[in-house]
Amino acid sequence: MDGLGEQRIRLGYAQAERHVRPGTDPGRPGTGPAARWSTASSVEFRTRKAHSMDVGLFVQYVMNGLMLGVMYALVAVGFTLFFGVMNIINFSHGDVLMVGAFVGLATYLGVSSIGVENPWGQLAAAMIVAASAMALMGVAVAKYLVLPLKNAPPLNTLLITLMLGTALHEAVRLFYPRGANPQRFPSLLPTDAYSFGNFTLRIDSVILLGTGLLAIVGIHLLINRTKLGLAMRAVAQDEDTAKTMGIDFDRIVLITFAIGSALAAFTGILHGLYYSEVNFAMGLLLGVIGFSSAIVGGLGNIYGAIIGGFLFAALQTLGVVAMPFASAYKDVFAFGVIILIMAWRPTGLISEKISERV
Amino acid sequence: MSARGRLAPLLPGIVVAVGVTTYVIVLLGVESQTGIAALLAAGAGAVLAAARFGVAARMGRAFGKRDNFLNLLVVLAIVVLTVFFYEDHFVLLMVATVIIYVIACLGLNLQFGYSGVLNFAGAAFFGVGCYTAAVLTKNTDVPHLVILVAGGLMAATVGSVLLLPVLRTRGHYSAVVTIAFGLLFKIFLEVNDTLGGPQGLRVDGMNVLGWEFNDNIEIGENFEASFYVNYVVVGLILLVLAFALVRRIERSWIGLNLDAVRLDETAASCFGINIMRWKITAFILGNFLIGLAGALYAMMLGFIAPTNFTFGDSLILVSIVLLGGIGNPWGLAVATTILIIVPEKLQAIQEYRFLLFAVMVILILLFRPEGLLPRPLRAYFPGWRPK
Repeated sequence: MDGLGEQRIRLGYAQAERHVRPGTDPGRPGTGPAARWSTASSVEFRTRKAHSMDVGLFVQYVMNGLMLGVMYALVAVGFTLFFGVMNIINFSHGDVLMVGAFVGLATYLGVSSIGVENPWGQLAAAMIVAASAMALMGVAVAKYLVLPLKNAPPLNTLLITLMLGTALHEAVRLFYPRGANPQRFPSLLPTDAYSFGNFTLRIDSVILLGTGLLAIVGIHLLINRTKLGLAMRAVAQDEDTAKTMGIDFDRIVLITFAIGSALAAFTGILHGLYYSEVNFAMGLLLGVIGFSSAIVGGLGNIYGAIIGGFLFAALQTLGVVAMPFASAYKDVFAFGVIILIMAWRPTGLISEKISERV
Repeated sequence: MSARGRLAPLLPGIVVAVGVTTYVIVLLGVESQTGIAALLAAGAGAVLAAARFGVAARMGRAFGKRDNFLNLLVVLAIVVLTVFFYEDHFVLLMVATVIIYVIACLGLNLQFGYSGVLNFAGAAFFGVGCYTAAVLTKNTDVPHLVILVAGGLMAATVGSVLLLPVLRTRGHYSAVVTIAFGLLFKIFLEVNDTLGGPQGLRVDGMNVLGWEFNDNIEIGENFEASFYVNYVVVGLILLVLAFALVRRIERSWIGLNLDAVRLDETAASCFGINIMRWKITAFILGNFLIGLAGALYAMMLGFIAPTNFTFGDSLILVSIVLLGGIGNPWGLAVATTILIIVPEKLQAIQEYRFLLFAVMVILILLFRPEGLLPRPLRAYFPGWRPK
């Protein structure tokens, strides 16, 4: 359990690296955008450079914030998916994500050892194996842990999934080879980068951002436009009525868990690709952030989850930008604001449409 | 009635108490790993057999009728244990740790065992107590017994900042408030340099009226007892007070109100029970107990760091209450003893203890969700038992 702090610090480092990484070296003359203005007068040059630095940095922050936001929104959408169907919190979601990332990493190592060199092939293999493995695990979790507790108090389900998460990350720490240390995740996406002043657009970030958004849109369409989604929503709204309409409740729950867990594996690999690193403790913090995002947005509402995810990322980024003297406090700030929002809107920004039956 | 006639109904209780105390003493004294494993297996077997043949249920009823007698026996057992191991630092540290954790879990029990207020930040409030003790012992001359109370008050104060969000939200939403607070607290400690950052702080040992708690107790020439005896004694006194308080609250009309609030808020408020009032009472009082335990723990360990107060530790506190049987103070005492002593003694599973905890809680939730010792039905009249 000590890993949480390390994880946070490491996240911090990874971000700091990203800020430094931009291709241009400001100290080197003649390169980068500064060269274009070298004919201008020195005064004008200085002001324009300062100006462009602000915009560049600003865009960089926005880009980083968007990346984080997509990641958080994906986790939050997972929570919403589970909650939408069974009114339960699957707190192992974050750790399933972590296990998914590790399965992806192991698959990558496996396929490269049998001679698959093409990074796209490796990535596809990692994605497919991780997603199917996690989907299977999700089904098992639903069948043996969640469905048996259907009539128990909600606290029990919350606890059993929390404990499953603990068991998963302890298992990875103890049984994955050198699992207690962070593992390097390969960069399988093209690493080209384009610099605009202080802003560096990396192709892999763009791909990650795009895929993440696509996945969210996909889940949205699945829930709102397909027959399966209709069944899921029906089950969520009224289990008994849905059953009388011929919907197999247990099957819908299993399918939802399969989809949600596969989504977790996908998010985990995205996370690994973005930070070039995975570690056993990353699931807890991501899980809590995703859960907070889903809650702040309003549980059971996919838009709420998306809003919540981006809001949390924005708060963290704002914490860094607005308080550069205290950027270490960015998570304290973000969680503090989350608590304040909960006090202000106790059922989230977009609240569930429920009426209490007595 | 003759003295013998009065003792007779108490006899089974005394036999059990002596048996369990002897068992614990042997368990704590044995060093060899196979011996410990065998003892644990034997103990588990005995408990299962007792449960199977209905002996346990009869015991429970016998004890239920004579609560005060059972309390006395347990205190005696701890005293015997302490006297027996008076030189052994390690064993006494374990005993004191169990006592302190039981105090903290009693607080948690008030919160979600009775009034149903979720608190997933137990370790954070415990930490508030610890850090209060650290700062006060370092920078002020406040008497150390007052510091214990200050730790509790500080935890209650910090907790009351959370009151508004905790009370306005329900169910999962209120879980997130405390979870977020737990994470926030640990991250805050790690980045805050005045509180020692990740390295943590040193805490002075307790000193009451010139009695240094961190010196071994020397009486005469050839008697020397471990300094942990001091902490066991103070812990035991606090535990008795906390236990009596929680039991009294449970039995009184306050406890009745708390139960009503937990079981059905709507019905409770229909009967004119002020839900907010009782939730606030339970949350603040619970945090006070947790903080009090934290302050004593910090002074005993002499060193605290943010890694002691992770979300995982909060989860362990919650699991203890759940394992013991929600709402049953005896249950959580038993659960704490098992959860703390077994991994400490069985070094082979030390590394795997979080994994085993997690698996154990999962199994309990699946197969015995009411916990090891389920809370008995409330006795409304003296001597009244539900059929």
